[in-house]
Amino acid sequence: MTDTLSSPRPEASHSRADNGQPLLEIRGLEKRFSLSGDFLEQLKFKGGRLVREQEHVHAINGVDLEIQRGEALCVVGESGCGKSTVARTVMGLLHPSAGEIRYAGERIDDLSTQALMPYRRRMQMIFQNPYASLNPRMTIQQTLEEPIRLHHPDWSRQRVRDQVDEVMASVGIAADWGKRYGHEFSGGQRQRIAIARALAVDPEFIVADEPISALDVSIQAQVLNLLMDARRDRNLTYLFITHDLAVVEHFGTRVAVMYLGRVCEVAPTATLFATPRHPYTQALMSAIPRLEDERPQHIRLEGEVPTPVHLPSGCVFHARCPHANARCREEIPRLIARDDGSQVACHGVEEGRID
Amino acid sequence: MTTQTSPQQAPPLPSRWERLRDSYLLYSFKRDPIAQLSLLVFVVFVACAVLAPWLAPMNPYDLAQIDILASELPPFWIDGSDPAYVMGTDAQGRDLLSTILYGARVSLIIGFGAVALQALLGVVFGLLAGYLGGRIDAFLMRLADIQLSFSTLMVAIVVGALVKAIFGSATFSTYAVPLLVLIIGLAEWPQYARTVRASVLAEKGKEYVDAARTMGLPSRRIMFRHILPNTLSPIFVISTVQVANAIISEAALSFLGLGMPETHPSLGSLIKSGFDYIQSGSWWITLIPGAVLVVLVLVINLLGDWLRDVLNPRLYKG
Amino acid sequence: MSLLEVNQLDVRFALRRGDVKALRDVSFTLDRGERLGIVGESGAGKSVAAFSLLNLIAKPGYIAGGSIRFDGQELIGMRDRHLRQIRGNRISMIFQDPMMTLNPVLSIGEQMVECLKAHRRIGRREARAIALRKLEQVHIPSPEARLDQYPHELSGGMRQRVIIAIALLLDPDIIIADEPTTALDVTIQAEIMDLLLELCEKHNVGLILITHDLGVVSQVTQRMLVMYAGRVIEQGPTREIINDPQHPYTQGLMNALPQMATPGSRLNQIPGSMPSLDNLPSGCAFHPRCGFTQRPDGSERTACRSEVPGFVASGNCQAACHMVAEMQDQERIPAQETSR
Repeated sequence: MTDTLSSPRPEASHSRADNGQPLLEIRGLEKRFSLSGDFLEQLKFKGGRLVREQEHVHAINGVDLEIQRGEALCVVGESGCGKSTVARTVMGLLHPSAGEIRYAGERIDDLSTQALMPYRRRMQMIFQNPYASLNPRMTIQQTLEEPIRLHHPDWSRQRVRDQVDEVMASVGIAADWGKRYGHEFSGGQRQRIAIARALAVDPEFIVADEPISALDVSIQAQVLNLLMDARRDRNLTYLFITHDLAVVEHFGTRVAVMYLGRVCEVAPTATLFATPRHPYTQALMSAIPRLEDERPQHIRLEGEVPTPVHLPSGCVFHARCPHANARCREEIPRLIARDDGSQVACHGVEEGRID
Repeated sequence: MTTQTSPQQAPPLPSRWERLRDSYLLYSFKRDPIAQLSLLVFVVFVACAVLAPWLAPMNPYDLAQIDILASELPPFWIDGSDPAYVMGTDAQGRDLLSTILYGARVSLIIGFGAVALQALLGVVFGLLAGYLGGRIDAFLMRLADIQLSFSTLMVAIVVGALVKAIFGSATFSTYAVPLLVLIIGLAEWPQYARTVRASVLAEKGKEYVDAARTMGLPSRRIMFRHILPNTLSPIFVISTVQVANAIISEAALSFLGLGMPETHPSLGSLIKSGFDYIQSGSWWITLIPGAVLVVLVLVINLLGDWLRDVLNPRLYKG
Repeated sequence: MSLLEVNQLDVRFALRRGDVKALRDVSFTLDRGERLGIVGESGAGKSVAAFSLLNLIAKPGYIAGGSIRFDGQELIGMRDRHLRQIRGNRISMIFQDPMMTLNPVLSIGEQMVECLKAHRRIGRREARAIALRKLEQVHIPSPEARLDQYPHELSGGMRQRVIIAIALLLDPDIIIADEPTTALDVTIQAEIMDLLLELCEKHNVGLILITHDLGVVSQVTQRMLVMYAGRVIEQGPTREIINDPQHPYTQGLMNALPQMATPGSRLNQIPGSMPSLDNLPSGCAFHPRCGFTQRPDGSERTACRSEVPGFVASGNCQAACHMVAEMQDQERIPAQETSR
């Protein structure tokens, strides 16, 4: 398993990319988590009658996203905006409450465990916390061999070992790490191992959930470089979840900005950073601590992010938005495509009130 | 594709012996005289129990060796003792030292056997409940609650009564050891199940389990290969406590006449057999096995305490 | 004389394998109303430095040497009773996790009143009035109502504002903030930093800001220290260090930031990782990761391996680096000698 892995397959990826079908397609995705416990706990005595009452956290409320082959789509937003839930739903760790997820045209959100297996090999995930994402009782060799053995049960022992050696070399870890356990390594080294585990089965699509947030600055650069090298060498497509806009600007080809479970703006990275349209995107961008300016002018947002239990009516951002009017309080804005390739969900932008 | 940075170097790989030598386990053991003493006593106990047929001056199960005329002889430090019976004899003329050695053997076998059964049931149920959650969790945990509301005594009475009624007392006596293992094992598995479930729930939230799931591993493999090894520490700790508890349970059952018959006495039935003679001044038949039982349970509990402190991850960073 | 003078502070941790030197030879000063940043990655010792200023390092850590003079008094070896008068009263601390300071079972108001009454002889009503005023100062909306709320009812940003209000309660001379915004979102972080800046300027409070974020340091502080493996390796005015870092580590740290590279290109990474404190490399602790241990002509600069570098001044900054020292020597040496 060396030739298929190391050389990108131009024919295959081209023919598929040409017909314009996105690799991953998310349509109307919603995810609610119940806050009310099991059936017995939901029963409440109200007005002399027994009623069943359920409260939900609305983590995602109708997300539409498309990822083309070869793209690195970054999803940014602040904590609680639902970006990690999107990642976990795409990977099948959570079941969507509504909506659908298509991978290369096939619907995958309602597949059985067995039917999902081929997709499990093609889609891999990298997690945030390198201290928790490696099983403390397994050696590095065992950790890396496990996914290969699972997805290629017919491979010989030697072939599995060769594949592990190869993937270890490609993420820059020495072969003699194999006999060791995760806790013997630093955070950056563990994240390399976690990336090696994801790459071991030769995937084409990687979901990375804040993969560098837990790392030190100098190590962040190492891991980000590694992810970019892997993207180039293996022709990978990324769904990259992060809160760090500086990383987005560097890594992403397109950016989706999320707020309270909805996408408020999607745009090519350069476009978004040059001309952020949505008022929330503008506030977010002005908050990045930059080295250059001494006296930053942050856009102050009023109030706080509302709880995702009781969603505001209309645009979820209206209570904090300086441009909000009556329409914003009532009507949910839809993503509307613009000439520069961006999509913005904002009545103000649509009406030309906000430039 | 080797545009990567050169492989990073790692510290030299320690051998298995070096790992043990540098481990926190050994370090804390060396600094804890109570743990050392407890382990020593426990090892002596186990060795004596295992070697009882060779160590004991006589075989208390062999009726031919029992001299009824030599009954109720006091231990060696009291006037009227017989040098042949160091610890004296019981009411049936059995050498008390030999009986205690054999009795400790029975107690330990039942203790470990019952805990093995508890662990098997508890670990499997706890893993299933914790990992699968939902209805299975609710069902298994309610089952555990129900089980716990029947005391060990109730289970023993029911099982004992059933066996005696169906197969007769003779069968019960013959199969007393496996029956007691079954009774105590059945009665106390919920302790394990609860502990295992709690730590499974904690582990389940960790990203390595998510990683295993996104890989597509079957649930069974995730449970046994990924989660179970990471819940071993609490299992070890609870095992020590449970062994002590099982020995006490067995002693209590035997004392009440629901356990080992007096022909094959455990420590508990020895205590019971001597209890009737305390009034007549033959206190040693009860008190010496009693003291042995207390010491045995004490050292196991002390070892368990030490183990809990060592394996507590919060105190780990020494 | 500066308000706070730290001299050659040595902090060790007594572990079973022997002492680990967590801080070595750390010296700095802080003037009244000055804002100082301490920057470093995890394991650099920046939090240990902050904690040891108030003698708050937990066992097995201990201060092995050096001096900390605050307003003319030596803090090291001071009795706990006297130290407590300074701690919280004249120097207060803000932690990364607000729940480290806030007691979850007491309301915000109770905690603030408690804190005031511990240090001052005042009545409950008066204390409550002060608490209210402080909450207003940190721009908490409807402060009156917040006094009766419990910590878990507040959002992360609000909690951190409450923490700042508590830190300000006794009108301290210095606030030590240990990664105060690391757990917060960017927009909240920006607000909290603006607030800290505003308060320090308005009330002439000194600030020691401990962070790993160079962007935050450059926006808030006037002077900064860069720490690596328990030592200060570069210090000086923040602007000058950010614009022209001397030490290879500081340079590497800045160049590793994504905003310093063109989008899509490889970042300039520092190879390797921070050494653990119980196994430090000889000489300059950074030398195994440093790209400048060789001279431009290819010869090895052996001092990097064997000698701990001392500070050399360049402009208003000081860097502890053999290369910087050598470059400066060369500038001073007449031209014919270097051309030889």
